[in-house]
Amino acid sequence: MAFKVIHYINQFYANIGGEEKADYKPEIREGIVGPGMALKAAFKGEAEIVATVICGDSYFASNMDEATNTILDMIRKYEPDAFIAGPAFNAGRYGTACGAMCAAVAKEFNIPVVSGMYPENPGVEMYKKFAWIVETPDSAIGMRKAAPAMAKLALKLLKGESIGKPEEEGYIERGIRKNMFYEKLAAERCVDMFIAKLKGEPFETEYKMPVFDRVDPQPAVKDLAHATIALVTSGGICPKGNPDHIEASSASKFGEYDITGVNDLTSETHCTAHGGYDATYADQDADRVLPVDVMRDLEREGVIGKLHTKFYTTVGNGTSVANAKKFGAEIVNRLVRDGVTAVILTST
Amino acid sequence: MKLELHRLNVKSLKFGDKTGFADGVLTVNKSELLALISEDELLGKNLDVDLAIPGESVRVMPVKDVIEPRFKLEGKGQVFPGMISDVETVGEGKTLVLSGCAVLTAGKLVRFQEGIIDMSGPGADYTPYSKTCNVVLVLEPADPNMDKHDYEKACRTAGLKAAKYLAEACKDVKPEKIESYEFAKIRDAMNSYPELPKVGYLYMLQTQGLLHDTYLYGVDVKKILPTVISPLEVMDGAIVSGNCVSACDKNSTYSHQNNPVIADMLKRHGKDFNFVAVIVTNENVTLADKRRSSSYATKIAGMLGLDGLVITEEGFGNPDADLIMNCWKAERLGIKTALLTDEYAGQDGASQSLADSCPEGDACVTAGNANEVIILPPMQKVIGYAEEANVIAGGWNGSLAEDGTITVELQAITGATSELGYTKLGAYTL
Repeated sequence: MAFKVIHYINQFYANIGGEEKADYKPEIREGIVGPGMALKAAFKGEAEIVATVICGDSYFASNMDEATNTILDMIRKYEPDAFIAGPAFNAGRYGTACGAMCAAVAKEFNIPVVSGMYPENPGVEMYKKFAWIVETPDSAIGMRKAAPAMAKLALKLLKGESIGKPEEEGYIERGIRKNMFYEKLAAERCVDMFIAKLKGEPFETEYKMPVFDRVDPQPAVKDLAHATIALVTSGGICPKGNPDHIEASSASKFGEYDITGVNDLTSETHCTAHGGYDATYADQDADRVLPVDVMRDLEREGVIGKLHTKFYTTVGNGTSVANAKKFGAEIVNRLVRDGVTAVILTST
Repeated sequence: MKLELHRLNVKSLKFGDKTGFADGVLTVNKSELLALISEDELLGKNLDVDLAIPGESVRVMPVKDVIEPRFKLEGKGQVFPGMISDVETVGEGKTLVLSGCAVLTAGKLVRFQEGIIDMSGPGADYTPYSKTCNVVLVLEPADPNMDKHDYEKACRTAGLKAAKYLAEACKDVKPEKIESYEFAKIRDAMNSYPELPKVGYLYMLQTQGLLHDTYLYGVDVKKILPTVISPLEVMDGAIVSGNCVSACDKNSTYSHQNNPVIADMLKRHGKDFNFVAVIVTNENVTLADKRRSSSYATKIAGMLGLDGLVITEEGFGNPDADLIMNCWKAERLGIKTALLTDEYAGQDGASQSLADSCPEGDACVTAGNANEVIILPPMQKVIGYAEEANVIAGGWNGSLAEDGTITVELQAITGATSELGYTKLGAYTL
């Protein structure tokens, strides 16, 4: 049986109208509309467009959440195997809509999503992490090239075949690292690259060094004596036994624990979940990583207003930046909600 | 300096009355080997020795270190100097190698950072040690509450002793293959191959301390200043792993003995470049140490007048900072670099892979994304403790399913993303 595909296009490609019809509300039609014909030809019977969603570009841009939900509901009953949007070429709002729909469909139905855009389309930068976006020329003249390339990539994904490098498959680099077995040992590849660099010959690095976002520290707290200070750590300190099973490495969660009335962390009450350092000394006395005892001293001495009633903890070891960012954002929300003035971050 | 490696090719293992080698089979006298490792009072009463052969439905876990059996037949010193042998300099003479054989130290976990070796199935593709005939030491501490550092040392020593014992027992067997290696004196090296660039290898060793340690002639490497060593000394076990870091990218003692970067650089020596020196350096935790060691190591490279350096990292995260300092400091001295590392890009591969970076690091080879998840189907036999899958680095609560299936990150597989480049794994950008 052929794979079932839903195709997304805008009002222009549905032959409804141009800018004057850009507020056209989402609609779904059985079968193929407009550029779906070119996809059908390229599918050669292996996949079938069961329905086409049409939405005006302005409508989508102005009502993104509502339009997305409406469209998700529209396509649900078709139980699609894949979702294809566009190609949008260099049309900015259309590209953004295609990308947003691809991202939403992938999240909701966990199926392959493919679009096609010109590399400078703003939809590329916004959605390339979430969708396979085939590189197209900047205008509809490129349809003859774009549609077969999109269909080919979609078929590969539908069949579960492994996807090669962007330049081999014709999609825009998504920035996702994927493992593969090479012909040679990594050591030999490294010496090969070294020799090319020494000789001034061309070579291709296997990993382009990232550029980091740097965060400026906040200005110093002026009135410590009335400040509520929280402790947050990536050193893995948690109640003894690690009740929430925070992973020793590559953490998928953080913990929030109450320390009301706790003046000292001991080997009876606390330990570390961290697998990246020798935990002997942290397990003996967790204050060494999360200094509750010293903070209580400062509280008593009136140096700080008070120590926040909860502490937050996770494991930094091998944890992805994406997870770390997510934890950070959520922890900050809770700290702000609870009126915390400043945070002492401890690592290991 | 000249060293001959006399190789016997071990194709299978069996237990028997007398430890020795014949017709591709290494026979192990189990009680003799057990008696040898039981000498250590720090180890418990229930020690065991087991065998794991390539292709068998066997899983060994948790594995701490992998060691290749070697024994010096001629020349100064003995294998693993300063650890189980005298401190005399090694790297000359004749050394017997039981190729295709390895000793695994396994059993009760020291800390979280031990690994899995599957002898068949999908996991076997990722570890180099599914292709070796493995003599597995199943260890436990004398006292379950024993200091972790003592237990680590006991495990480390047991593995080295077993490796030397197995090779020594075969010392009278005629070698099947003899390989000869020479490494020139620096004075002679400077006058050789004037048309070729002079290059070196900057060999970074994990030395964060507290169970993340490496030893050079028995010296804890976090206490050294970077120094020069001959690759032939490395072949004789001058560098020994004492590590409990993530299994995928800690450099096992085996991978030091068989360092593939050294092997390939020796192969290219005299053709593509003039391989003059190996510089070993550490990866300590304080900023002052990182700055000192990276400045000192690259200074040595500069004093030797090197044109290029291959730099390998061990571990990830914190040591990324050492790698990057070594890279840009060398480049700013006019020394071209190529880097060998691995990646922690998240299970979905969408995060940045390194914790530090510099624009000079434009020639970088990686041994793959250690966060990628793999499903290891159940094996008929588990040597060690499968339940540790739920706590080892790369696993999580629930990694071990009831039927014995283990779902983990590659991080948990011994040697999967070896930063000495001992596997063919790598990554590309989708």
